Amino acid sequence: MSTYEARFRVWRGDQDGGGLADFSVEVHDGEVVLDIIHRLQATQAPDLAVRWNCKAGKCGSCSAEVNGRPRLLCMTRMSVFTPEETITVTPLRAFPVVRDLVTDVSFNYTQARRVPSFAPPPGLAAGEYRMQQMDVDRSQEFRKCIECFLCQDTCHVVRDHEENKTAFAGPRFLMRVAELDMHPLDAAAEAGLDRKAAAQEEHGLGYCNITKCCTEVCPENIKITDNALIPLKERAVDRKYDPLVWLGSKIRRRSGS
Amino acid sequence: MTQHERQQWDVVVVGAGGAGLRAAIEAREQGARTAVICKSLFGKAHTVMAEGGIAASMGNVNEGDNWQVHFRDTMRGGKFLNQWRMAELHAREAPERVWELETWGALFDRTADGRISQRNFGGHEYPRLAHVGDRTGLELIRTLQQKIVSLQQEDFEESGDYEARLKVFQECTVTRVLKDDSGRVSGTFCYERESGRFFVLQAPAVVLATGGIGKSFKVTSNSWEYTGDGHALALLAGAPLLNMEFVQFHPTGMVWPPSVKGILVTESVRGDGGVLRNSEGKRFMFGYIPDVFKEKYAQSEEEGDRWYEDPDNNRRPPELLPRDEVARAINAEVKAGRGSPHGGVFLDVSTRMPAEVIRRRLPSMYHQFKELADVDITAEAMEVGPTCHYVMGGVAVDSDTAAAVGVPGLFAAGEVAGGMHGSNRLGGNSLSDLLVFGRRAGLYAAEYAAGLAEGSRPEPAKAQMEAASAEALRPFGAVEPSGGPEAPGASPQNPYTLHQELQQTMNDLVGIIRREGEMRQALEKLSELRVRARRTLVEGHRQFNPGWHLALDLRNMLLVSECVARSALERTESRGGHTREDCPGMERSWRRINLLCRLADPAGSLAAGDPARRQIDLERRDAEPIRPDLLALFEKEELVKYLAEEELYA
Amino acid sequence: MATGTEPPHIHTGVHDPSRAAIGPRHLRTDRWWLAPALTAAGLLAFIVYSTWRAFANADYYAAPYVSPFYSPCLAENCVPMKAGPNWEIFGSWWGLSPALLILVFPLGFRLTCYYYRKAYYRGFWASPPACAVAEPHRKYTGETRFPLILQNIHRYFFYAALPVAVILTYDTVLAFRDEDYAWGHMGLGTLVFLINIVLIWAYTLSCHSCRHIIGGRLRHFSKHPVRYRLWGWVGRLNERHMLLAWSSLISVALADFYVYLLATGAFDDPRFF
Repeated sequence: MSTYEARFRVWRGDQDGGGLADFSVEVHDGEVVLDIIHRLQATQAPDLAVRWNCKAGKCGSCSAEVNGRPRLLCMTRMSVFTPEETITVTPLRAFPVVRDLVTDVSFNYTQARRVPSFAPPPGLAAGEYRMQQMDVDRSQEFRKCIECFLCQDTCHVVRDHEENKTAFAGPRFLMRVAELDMHPLDAAAEAGLDRKAAAQEEHGLGYCNITKCCTEVCPENIKITDNALIPLKERAVDRKYDPLVWLGSKIRRRSGS
Repeated sequence: MTQHERQQWDVVVVGAGGAGLRAAIEAREQGARTAVICKSLFGKAHTVMAEGGIAASMGNVNEGDNWQVHFRDTMRGGKFLNQWRMAELHAREAPERVWELETWGALFDRTADGRISQRNFGGHEYPRLAHVGDRTGLELIRTLQQKIVSLQQEDFEESGDYEARLKVFQECTVTRVLKDDSGRVSGTFCYERESGRFFVLQAPAVVLATGGIGKSFKVTSNSWEYTGDGHALALLAGAPLLNMEFVQFHPTGMVWPPSVKGILVTESVRGDGGVLRNSEGKRFMFGYIPDVFKEKYAQSEEEGDRWYEDPDNNRRPPELLPRDEVARAINAEVKAGRGSPHGGVFLDVSTRMPAEVIRRRLPSMYHQFKELADVDITAEAMEVGPTCHYVMGGVAVDSDTAAAVGVPGLFAAGEVAGGMHGSNRLGGNSLSDLLVFGRRAGLYAAEYAAGLAEGSRPEPAKAQMEAASAEALRPFGAVEPSGGPEAPGASPQNPYTLHQELQQTMNDLVGIIRREGEMRQALEKLSELRVRARRTLVEGHRQFNPGWHLALDLRNMLLVSECVARSALERTESRGGHTREDCPGMERSWRRINLLCRLADPAGSLAAGDPARRQIDLERRDAEPIRPDLLALFEKEELVKYLAEEELYA
Repeated sequence: MATGTEPPHIHTGVHDPSRAAIGPRHLRTDRWWLAPALTAAGLLAFIVYSTWRAFANADYYAAPYVSPFYSPCLAENCVPMKAGPNWEIFGSWWGLSPALLILVFPLGFRLTCYYYRKAYYRGFWASPPACAVAEPHRKYTGETRFPLILQNIHRYFFYAALPVAVILTYDTVLAFRDEDYAWGHMGLGTLVFLINIVLIWAYTLSCHSCRHIIGGRLRHFSKHPVRYRLWGWVGRLNERHMLLAWSSLISVALADFYVYLLATGAFDDPRFF
């Protein structure tokens, strides 16, 4: 088994300030960046704050930025770096920092609450749901999401513009809208909720300029842009920019009133 | 002493995994104002790691399935040590709990006629596990999380406050369950991990749903949260733990590279056709079918292979024996020198299925090996070995209400509760357990809280809060003046070092195969660690300080580890998740005996500096006889293998 | 502990006071600027070339080949192409290059294409230049307002792109003649046209709007098995939308350039048969 000393720069600090601290630390075969952070905790910096949980890429807790790229610390193998390289680890830069590598991700929980939940079809009891696999495939892809919030972190709409955080739900939650809109049994429309229009009017779908960084960073390899965001934009077009639909809704509104 | 912030709730749920969230949903729907408190972020609980599925006898794939068959499988898997009423309720209610998830938005894989698809799993007679690829736990947690959000949205509509009736305190830890002067539960003492601030949630009912204890072992599939918090909280509150010797080692964890050693390789790999081979290329499991299972498993590779296509006319391959059997077999093969290069055995799907099918049916396994071990499972075999996975033992509870024995107002559900799985849990039964008993705990906790008249609510005893605060601040430098220079660990201790030593001790001395001498050694080591843990000293301040958090969790791990070691030493037989090299047989006389762990000195100061003193007392208690109509579900010849004469003819 | 560098002038985004105090606007160590630079260079080259060719109003026909930039040719001032795409809808008043009349449609199609949007937002606008590299703009409203809200009309350009592709297919069929309009011949130009038309169709059909119209808007695939199958095929093409966008862009320019070479006499079309 080969072992070497790696150079690490880890951001330490809190709301009041901070900076990159240098470390020299042992690395063994087959390790990931999170192992190294743990070694730092155990040997050099016992109060180094880091969020983690499953260490198997399934929970999405250990999101941070390694050499400037949003990544899961537990899924970033040391073998992708050369032994000479200095590895820089910082907290997510789109969210307020709490301490060291831990950030305040409450933005995401706020946005989650703003997406109306699944509306069960009326008159269908538990156990009577029938859905075809081909009909659930699309939403299932989006439900692979582990909520690591790397897509939310990398999305320049909020990363580079704090003020957009009130108007823009971010890729993860636009994808949630898409998931529900493609759910074969969601009865939101029957209940008077137009998820397609809401995506644009409530959740800021128009801010997305489909530059695909969300897809690039997704550790679950979900095709967020191609399969969720663009289809959702097209669905919004159906509702809002299709002359036939527009005309139809005008007529219906008139006869309805 | 400073005044801590106090909040009033009806029900406090500790833990936000499957059981905790299901309990919270139920309590809130019963009208109780409910607080959930969890160590991680909301939605990150260990439940997400569950891969295979949720066992429920819906009979969607094989109509022969029903709750009686599920009950039988569960009892067999647990070697009849299960709290039978729990196994019964579990088997009866699981299908409803799964269907209910669909009404909350869950999307399971489907059968051709549009129902929930069900897959085969070790120990289950029929295809029974509702699943979503190999990420069922994630689907479960996300569905429950989103249901909670939808309830909060309802509350917002009504009151303008999302958290009026249901609030999640994320990244907070409970260090003590508080009681009033008459011994009733009155709330929890907590700290916020982010700020280190202490606070008290006052509530007459507390549901423990904290999961397991795996982080006391070195090789484990469990996450950092699994430090036995709920087990320890119950003990400290005066509730006994049941059958703590039963710890499940999952047969297939990754063994290489070292940094991922222990991470789970789902049982579905075998359920879908994966086979185990030793270094000689032999499917060794055929040589390890125990007598009690002889009639149920294939005797030849040909028959086993036919079973995947035609399960009605063939018996299942022995790779799908209950987990304890497979784990022991792998252990024996490795010991006999027929292991793989990194000390495991080979689990192979690459020669059994086309690459395309593997990627579709086992997507996260494919990625896990590709990304963590650089192994392409569609082209080569995986290396796997046993890993500490689950604790069957836990808080002794009433089967119907999930109420902890002896402490009014305390409830427990999920892995932290004992009894349901007997000596060994079947795969898939944990997720259904979470749902069935999570709901029951929430229901009865809410009922209990509602039953207390206004004004008669228990008040936390002031002294308890002060003691809890002092205990939590200890690692910041309160080294005892006593303790001579020769005492081990008179110098300040690093919590990380202590934790590593504890894990090594439990792994080596109270692991998958146990011996009396080693367990005695382990107990000695545990008391040494306990004394040294008194002297843990952490650097820095209270704001998000992992060293401090670990120092506090150590108390729990040490308590629980002692429970495991003492119970394991006491039970002189081998059964399910407890294997004694010196007592290899399963004894019918032990079937009826439950081992209860209690705090040895509930009033005295905890983890006293005297290594000679024990923290845990053991008590043997007879299990309740199995109800006759449930016994009648089994053939007499089978019962003879498990039950003592007098039980059979009682 | 080291201290953070002085916060730069923009106090928002990654330099918002609530965020971790890190001086540089990004910490990427790879050559992140390469992709947007290549994209910008490629697009720019095409713009320069196509502008020159579109305004040239010359050298776009060399029997039997018509440049895709000038097909269909909609004004009277077009070169007559035997059985070729001459439709003098615009009559004689149009004095500019007839390419401008028709290029509006493929241009609009590509300009509003979901891939090209990504390409030029990153390459030209630096919004963002690359993932996790802070963009230089103070404000950002994306596609929520005029003019970028017009990107939503992409599907109508897709509809318009279909007849254009049909006509280019027709041109390709015409390319199976020799320079005397006798059928059943093939030259290098025929091959160039064939490759181009395959790429044009593949790019057009791989469009995200097309995918949506074919099946993406459906709620229950199981009730529309044919559309589901078509949606699957389009989906597979759609995965390669970027590749097809570039290759069809290059092929259309090459097809035009090939005609230019023939028309100016710089090159003789090698005939296969």
